[in-house]
Amino acid sequence: MRFIQRRSYLQDIQLFKYRSTMIWYMLLILTFLIVPIFIGVYWVSLLCFVVIYSIVALGMNLLTGYTGQVSLGHAAFFAVGSYTSAIMTMSHGISFWLALPISGIFAAILGIFIGLPALRLKGLYLAIATMGFGFIVEEIIARWESVTNGANGMLVQRPRLGPIDFNSDLAFYYLTFIVLIVMIIILKNILRTPTGRALIAIRDSEVAAESMGINLAIYKTASFAISAFYAGIAGALFAHFMLFIGPENFNFIVSINFLVMIIIGGLGSVHGAIFGAIFLTVLPELISLAKDFLPPAIGQQAGLQGLIFGVLLLLFILYEPLGLYGRWLKLKFYFEYFPFYKKDTFRRVRKFTKTERHQ
Amino acid sequence: MLLQQIINGFAMGSIYALVALGFVLIYKATEVLNFAQGDLMMVGAFVAFTCINYLHIPFLLAVLITIVFMGIFGKLIERVVLRPLVGEHTVAMLMATVGLGMIIRSLSGMIWGYDTYQFQAGISDFPVRLGAVAFSSVNLWIIGITLILITGLYLFFSRTKMGISMEATSQNQLAAYLMGIGVKKVFSNIWALSAIVAAIGGILLTPIQFLNYNMGYIGLRAFPAAVLGGFGSVPGAIVGGIIIGISEALAGVYLPVGFKDIFAYIILIAVLLIRPEGIFGLPERKRV
Repeated sequence: MRFIQRRSYLQDIQLFKYRSTMIWYMLLILTFLIVPIFIGVYWVSLLCFVVIYSIVALGMNLLTGYTGQVSLGHAAFFAVGSYTSAIMTMSHGISFWLALPISGIFAAILGIFIGLPALRLKGLYLAIATMGFGFIVEEIIARWESVTNGANGMLVQRPRLGPIDFNSDLAFYYLTFIVLIVMIIILKNILRTPTGRALIAIRDSEVAAESMGINLAIYKTASFAISAFYAGIAGALFAHFMLFIGPENFNFIVSINFLVMIIIGGLGSVHGAIFGAIFLTVLPELISLAKDFLPPAIGQQAGLQGLIFGVLLLLFILYEPLGLYGRWLKLKFYFEYFPFYKKDTFRRVRKFTKTERHQ
Repeated sequence: MLLQQIINGFAMGSIYALVALGFVLIYKATEVLNFAQGDLMMVGAFVAFTCINYLHIPFLLAVLITIVFMGIFGKLIERVVLRPLVGEHTVAMLMATVGLGMIIRSLSGMIWGYDTYQFQAGISDFPVRLGAVAFSSVNLWIIGITLILITGLYLFFSRTKMGISMEATSQNQLAAYLMGIGVKKVFSNIWALSAIVAAIGGILLTPIQFLNYNMGYIGLRAFPAAVLGGFGSVPGAIVGGIIIGISEALAGVYLPVGFKDIFAYIILIAVLLIRPEGIFGLPERKRV
């Protein structure tokens, strides 16, 4: 059990509460830089997926976990990022290092266009609007053959930086990992500014937030645009990692998987985003491994993954709304305050008759 | 040609209207945005298909069995998934229905396979000529059954005690509770009712569309219908559904390939930009 002596208010918004935490995180980063050298290509490519999905999950978590809005079309922004970068680098010969930020910014601008009308309204219009947007983008990619090459997909190349070639998965992993670290630092800093506080206030009570002078539509749209930016950046990295993209990489299921990722990982935490990304990458691998051991009647079912995702999603919403990160916190709390953990320590308080409308 | 497309669209729109009606009912009463509505529609269609094609039950009896089955299924979903979440954030409930949709879709795929079936039984299909216009009798069936169903629902909501308590619960849950209405029972019945309406939509859809475990995506197009009509408005859901159906049919003829499938969503985004409260929507107010 540790106690912290507060000497100034700024201490409350420090990135690291204790110096030891910072050291541990530095060690963790170091591990993720060194270990990939010694593991096989297969594991490095899985790590790449984890990192790319983590970036999406960070954005999704800002939107859903911190602002309380749902997007069912984040695959669309992922796609916009992918195709922007692919078209810029492959069709127009623009450098990847310019295309990467532009992919994110372009996704964010589209996010503002879709988000603003939906977010002016109370309720869950954003979920419906983004769902529609997802279908529209998928169709545009499939049909606009002169630019996107339609259903045939596009070939993409790995970037180069002077003498450094990112052709190997390991080199590309380092690139994505650095981007992830930058994105985490940006997100952490957004969250401790007044903007981040405003977003959390909106999640907890729109009425209270509005009374405090927060312009709901603008802040919600900003949150949505930032999360679209994250998805766009991740999309660009995804395209250059996969080397081939087609419309089927960005369908409705992908959007749902992104949502599953943050709910199972844990809403409203950076850790949750990363746990979710690990989960989304590892579970399909585990399922395909387990298929050999299961009886064929169960193992060979094509819908097995959807079923497992759906059941886990429901179970987490019902029994562990804070996701894997919530589990982790409880475990930590149990050991840190050893004899004091009780069943009701993390009991949820319910808000009954909390209605969004009044007639 | 134009008139024919309008009639086709009207029939399709009636189905959208039924599915939209289903989740407007749920939304009004429980504030849950049910993303599994399209999958409920699919299950209903498959249950009827199984009864008719594999068990050789006559059409009307099969429909009756489907209605009973879907009623129980709806109640079960409400009891197992949604009731433990009462009082939670609406986002949690929305995502629970997304998860539910995934489960229903994959289980249906496992039970009924991933093939696409043709399913005509019960609704006779012959060309009808009306002056110069020729169209399938199936469309008339769909429109007719939808009209009967909507009239029946209207009578149910205005005349029966259960209907009136549903209406009361959706207007003010706490007041309804204090007036002695069993809110839990109402929620359960609303889910049953909306599953049944969706199932009938599914049965009507199969003669003009395919039958496939993925057909729930068509049900998602009823969301634009509900938004167009004004979210939470029952007449709005019906009118919105029909408008979406007709404009989609016309887009299929007059616009390039590909527009037909996404036209509903283009309308959705246009509505949100131009008139977000929809046709019959009420301006929203909020009281602390």
